[in-house]
Amino acid sequence: MTPNSESDLAEIVASAKRPLAIRGGGTRPIGSPVAGDALSLGGLSGIELYEPGALTLVAKSGTPLAEIEVTLAAEGQRLAFEPMDHRALLGTKGTPTIGGVVAANVSGPRRVQMGACRDYLLGVRFVDGAGRIIKNGGRVMKNVTGYDLVKLMAGSYGTLGVLSEVSLKVLPQVETAASLVIQGLSDARAISALSTALGSPFEVTGAAHTHDENGTPVALIRLEGFENSVTYRSGRLRDLLKTYGEVEIVSDPNTVAAQWQKIRDVEMFKGDPRDIWRLSVKPSDAPGLVARMPLGRDVTYDWGGGLIWAACAPDTDLRTLLGDFAGHATLIRASAATRARIPAFHPEPVPIATITAGLRAKFDPRSILNPGLMG
Amino acid sequence: MEMPTPQAGILANKARLIEMLQAVLPAGAVIHDPVETRAYECDALTAYKCPPLAAVLPTSTQEVAAVLRICHAENVPVVPRGSGTSLAGGALPTADSIVLGVARLNQVLETDYDNRFIRVQTGRTNLSVSGAVEERDFFYAPDPSSQLACAIAGNIAMNSGGAHCLKYGVTTNNLLGVTMVQMDGTVVEIGGAHLDAGGLDLLGLICGSEGQLGVVTEATLRILPKPEGARPVLIGFDSNEVAGACVSDIIKAGLLPVAIEFMDRPCIRATEAFVGAGYPDCEALLIVEVEGSPAEIDEQLGLIKAIARAHNPVELRESQSAEESEKIWLGRKSAFGAMGRINDYMCLDGTIPVSSLPFVLKRIGELSGKYGLDVANVFHAGDGNMHPLILFDANKPGDLELCEEFGAEVLKLCVEVGGCLTGEHGVGIEKRDLMNVQFSHDDLEAQLQVKDVFDPKWLLNPAKVFPLEATRIRRAA
Repeated sequence: MTPNSESDLAEIVASAKRPLAIRGGGTRPIGSPVAGDALSLGGLSGIELYEPGALTLVAKSGTPLAEIEVTLAAEGQRLAFEPMDHRALLGTKGTPTIGGVVAANVSGPRRVQMGACRDYLLGVRFVDGAGRIIKNGGRVMKNVTGYDLVKLMAGSYGTLGVLSEVSLKVLPQVETAASLVIQGLSDARAISALSTALGSPFEVTGAAHTHDENGTPVALIRLEGFENSVTYRSGRLRDLLKTYGEVEIVSDPNTVAAQWQKIRDVEMFKGDPRDIWRLSVKPSDAPGLVARMPLGRDVTYDWGGGLIWAACAPDTDLRTLLGDFAGHATLIRASAATRARIPAFHPEPVPIATITAGLRAKFDPRSILNPGLMG
Repeated sequence: MEMPTPQAGILANKARLIEMLQAVLPAGAVIHDPVETRAYECDALTAYKCPPLAAVLPTSTQEVAAVLRICHAENVPVVPRGSGTSLAGGALPTADSIVLGVARLNQVLETDYDNRFIRVQTGRTNLSVSGAVEERDFFYAPDPSSQLACAIAGNIAMNSGGAHCLKYGVTTNNLLGVTMVQMDGTVVEIGGAHLDAGGLDLLGLICGSEGQLGVVTEATLRILPKPEGARPVLIGFDSNEVAGACVSDIIKAGLLPVAIEFMDRPCIRATEAFVGAGYPDCEALLIVEVEGSPAEIDEQLGLIKAIARAHNPVELRESQSAEESEKIWLGRKSAFGAMGRINDYMCLDGTIPVSSLPFVLKRIGELSGKYGLDVANVFHAGDGNMHPLILFDANKPGDLELCEEFGAEVLKLCVEVGGCLTGEHGVGIEKRDLMNVQFSHDDLEAQLQVKDVFDPKWLLNPAKVFPLEATRIRRAA
């Protein structure tokens, strides 16, 4: 089913007799497998409003992300939360949509300093499980009128409602960017270096620790802004980090963009046959957690260490091996059999699970919206 | 302003209820003498007052849970209160309610510079959170004008903003985790020192829920390294419209100042008389602040001044010293107080698309003529968050009602141009009955059902946020 309007969408949901498997561009098959009739949002497409002077853009949920990015670039603006493209990592094809980005709260390296997708989401329109059309938020940057269902919808993977329209805060493009690179650090030293950078006044917009093609550890720190300012801050930050080793400054914008796109899209695990886990943790906890992971794994860190991407042997329940830790782990890629056995999303403590179940029962009383996807 | 009729059964039961509360709280933590409960009869929306049945001042999450368990069992409404600085009546009690004040929950629990967060009890004031991390040149970004007094609990309840949120975001963008007590006494931990939710984003839902979903007792807040420096520039114009156009041009040019504040002549004059901030006497004044090293500031301000010059400003003055900058901000943050010295006022908080600023300012001027009430404007122009202050005389019969009618018309205008009723103050009781202007029945129902999940008995701050008519059946159940 491919509705062409919000009212069509509402009718389809209201009259649905079976569960619906909701999809935007189909590039992010994350979560437990859903058995249901396919409901594609591809027919709800188009930018409805774009005011560069007000830093706001409103688009129908099925609008291709690329269309939005091109439109913004023409006015020297961008999506500051830098949404990851999952196609390389998940081996999917198709066209990512803005609705999919919002439904999965997809952010990139800039999240650590500038905020997540949910932080730039100003408003939503959606159809709940009863087929009611609901709006929340709006298109202004500050809005505390009523409860914030906007945040609740971001990252709810279509399980509370089917998005029909989203409204986003956008930001200016930057003049240039540079990376500071330190090679050969241990995980703990690298995370310490990234913390030092993020704790400096030099406005770091990316802080990752990964490996190059030869397996050499590489810590990367990104600075963005006006050229003089980036040059100045690169120098100051290099001085600040020199106790960690030799700091190379990469100032060619294309090279810098390519470096961070690889990190954003977790390209180092492209085509890797292992299962892929994604952990959000307190940055200083990260090296210790990784040390507890089973042998035969590889990891890469983003968000100053707060985001760990781990490739582990297939069908490994990483959560059981790690035991209790502060944060959460999501199984991003695994066989259908593994995803049916191991919950994709981190199990919640009882009082939280009770609230979550209560909300689902209200927003989707018939359990027809991507049922079971989030557990 | 209609409030629910106090329940006679609860009023009759006061003595027993006080005993039960005293049994679970330290000595002196239950305030029930009518002389003393008057201290809790209103917040900063002083037009409406009602002393509560009692006020309690717990000192731990466990004590909060014990209080809520009792009130839940006895079906007594609870009104959570931070520092009582709400401009929307968020902490206004009813005669049959218990005010739960978090003032004694004011400890710093953990400071972690490597991971850039602080964990505090929520009775702590906004400014003292920044104060606690100042030694290492960090700060907590949201900065409501009431930051000297307002509590983190209230900031979370109202999702407070401030002058600098153009760059740093509002409370919800700087909140990492909470410890919250539900109305039935259940204690939940949501979020923490890590980023983003593992499941549904309940943290985002709780922030801004005006104390209706739970009582937040502890919060993990993001702290940021202070910029190397900051410097404001004052730009004066001879019309509001031109000032509005200048704001739009600054944003369109790809500059992202940390703040763009706007004041009109009535506000400039009152503020000058109050604190002597050194503002020029002009029709409209912008305070634009940028951050960075001295050279970075020079570069950005150079671009901003060039844009401003194209709009023929009557004044263009860069701050020359830290003292001058401080004075400029003191003036802005004292603006409401300055207006309060010369008149009673009602402060609106509607937000509009920045592109509509000139039109809305013009319309407010026309409405001011229609109602015969003066208006002063002081607001966060960069993000379209207006603060028209409508002046009235509380001693003049009918003036408050006239002022409220005027205010309602302005807020409807904000919604009409694509904005909202409130940008950072919250709905409280003040804008409760206008919610139907912005939301359809289904839109409101989707929100009401969230409260049904967190507080099925509708005991937490029950008469706020939504039109009373929309919640009557739920509150009576």
